[in-house]
Amino acid sequence: MYDFFVDLFGNKILAASVSAVPPLLFILLFVLFAVWLERKVSAHMQDRLGPMRVGWHGCLQTIADLIKLIQKEDILAKANDKPLFNLAPILVFTGSYAAFAAIPFSSYYIGSNLDLGIFFIIGISGLVVAGILMAGWASNNKYSLLGAMRAAAQIISYEIPTILVVLTVVMITRTMNLHTLSEMQTGYIWNWMIFGGPGTGLEKFLFIPLMIIGFLVIYTSTLAEVNRTPFDIPEAESELVSGYHTEYSGMKFAMFFLAEYANMYAVSAIVTALFLGGYQSPFGYFGNLIGASWLVPIEQFFWFAAKGAFFVFVQMWLRWTLPRLRVDQLMALCWKYLIPIAFVNLIIVGLITVL
Amino acid sequence: MLIETNKISPYQLAVKTEQMVLNMGPQHPSTHGVLRLELELEGELITKVVPHIGYLHRCFEKHAEVMTYPQVVPYTDRMDYLASMGNEFGYAVAVERLLGIQVPERVEYIRVIMAELQRIASHLVALGTYGADIGAMTPFLFCFRDREMILSLFEMTCGARLLYNYIWVGGLSHDLHPDFVRETREFCSYFKPKIKELNDLLTYNKIFVERTANIGILPLDTAINFGVSGPMLRGSGLKWDLRKDDPYSVYHKFDFDIPVGEGNMGTVGDCWDRYYVRVLEMGESLKIIEQALDQLPEGDVLSAIPKRIKPPVGQVYARIENPRGELGYFIISDGSVNPFRVKVRAPSFVNLGVMDVLCRGHLVADIVAILGSIDIVLGEVDR
Repeated sequence: MYDFFVDLFGNKILAASVSAVPPLLFILLFVLFAVWLERKVSAHMQDRLGPMRVGWHGCLQTIADLIKLIQKEDILAKANDKPLFNLAPILVFTGSYAAFAAIPFSSYYIGSNLDLGIFFIIGISGLVVAGILMAGWASNNKYSLLGAMRAAAQIISYEIPTILVVLTVVMITRTMNLHTLSEMQTGYIWNWMIFGGPGTGLEKFLFIPLMIIGFLVIYTSTLAEVNRTPFDIPEAESELVSGYHTEYSGMKFAMFFLAEYANMYAVSAIVTALFLGGYQSPFGYFGNLIGASWLVPIEQFFWFAAKGAFFVFVQMWLRWTLPRLRVDQLMALCWKYLIPIAFVNLIIVGLITVL
Repeated sequence: MLIETNKISPYQLAVKTEQMVLNMGPQHPSTHGVLRLELELEGELITKVVPHIGYLHRCFEKHAEVMTYPQVVPYTDRMDYLASMGNEFGYAVAVERLLGIQVPERVEYIRVIMAELQRIASHLVALGTYGADIGAMTPFLFCFRDREMILSLFEMTCGARLLYNYIWVGGLSHDLHPDFVRETREFCSYFKPKIKELNDLLTYNKIFVERTANIGILPLDTAINFGVSGPMLRGSGLKWDLRKDDPYSVYHKFDFDIPVGEGNMGTVGDCWDRYYVRVLEMGESLKIIEQALDQLPEGDVLSAIPKRIKPPVGQVYARIENPRGELGYFIISDGSVNPFRVKVRAPSFVNLGVMDVLCRGHLVADIVAILGSIDIVLGEVDR
């Protein structure tokens, strides 16, 4: 994408700015959809209707909420550390937005085709922690501070099993480029990494259970990384009011909100790209069938968005079903179960690939 | 070089650690109203909890002194607003004992049905909000859905959904609606599977058990020393229920069990036990309602209401088993139409006293679990 625009404009800065627009548009549209979906999913799980007034079945509710948030007063308390307080939501959003640069939406659309794609995503997501910690500290509110501390501890701990599982996949595929990774999983559903990847024979057969374990581990830990139930401890409503964004209002709050939903999609996209074939269709392409090859990228985009949206739906499903863990239990789950499982998984996969 | 270990280094003096005092409430999502908790924290560990009450104080007891006896009834509704029927019931029992009158059988049966329906409704709120405190929002709404049905039954009977003014001294404000018996039976058969649903969704959920078992353990001796009553006391393992141990009204005619905490998931007297006692009590209440509906006698509910309520000089203490525990009314009469003094022994108020003992050494997140398992209603704590 970026290379395409460089060729088109002959100017790197212009090309970079233009290629940054589609992910932003995607995030905004996705958040509009996801917030509405979250409310509808929760409502139907709880024997309610949810928003029904604005638009068809309340589908414009999020836009109405957004307009409301824009109009709201931007409250700054006296005791806030103002520069940090203002910077924090931007930093949090930047972290999750930047991750979208390396996510391959289809074989033709990838913001920046980095060779270290997955590495970049994990690295840049670290900005989110800094932003959250900043928000909690600058709010000068004890609940916010507790929330921020919990968030930092939680996100950093859960990055370890995530990275271990990512490494497992990288060891098999020998690439960190998400585009290449997705291309490797082309063909049919059994070429996806969760079903052992594109290899053949005994090796592939051995990978299947290991990959499923890896998938479960990474999905659980990404849930924790984006602070969703059962790991929504940093924002635990019943304990810490709203955690690190208690003191935020108006558009700054909306930034946190946006970042949260963008993050939800980002982690789902990573899981999809690593384990579920990325943008590959589970069966052939309709475009190839009728000889219209221009249709293929659009189909790929559809598959990628759909797979991501499905995992976002599962996140919502879990949120409205499960209670919340406690801080120590959360840490115990990470350090006593997920990390050892991921590590042993890594070693076994390593042995198989070497032998 | 020798290192003196017991000497405080200048660095340690420079880095002075102190405990963080966190003020929880009165505006906080999970203090169940306007309770303020002053927490002393060591990191996330609780070293001390001081509950501050009085934000909902409405001078009920003082008000009662300038009201006539029947006029007090609507005020009792507003104490434990989740169990208004029980409050009225207790007051009516107390004044009737002071007057020395007998009420018709039918009145007693209807009172029992109402009180037990109210117990289910109240426990549904307790269990639902408990789930919400732990982080599960869905059981909360399921519980409220079922509670709506009970409120509809009440609305059908007396027109009100929350504050009924239904149980009067010597009788009831209305007789039952002709459809009431049928609809209550329908509710009973509807509600039985819903208890199982709640158990599947929340009670045996692994995360829920992890959060509540072995948390906030209340040993039986501590419970008795603090005068704790109701599901909290039974959660600690004592089979003590005023409906059996100090029977009032017609409770002696019904066959029901008293569930007690058995430490199924952890230790006897932990949060899970208190929660589960409430779940089981809903089933027992259903049993009582069904028996009462079967035996419901005919008669008039208004005939025994005295025209002029003017008890003789004296005093009385009457207690009933409200959903939250022993609700007692101590009334002194000076022979006039107004009570000289009305003192309420509010179960929530007494139960809240053990908060500090239960919370010490737990994490901040456990405060919510413990407070939820005490199940306070601030309207009753402050009165």
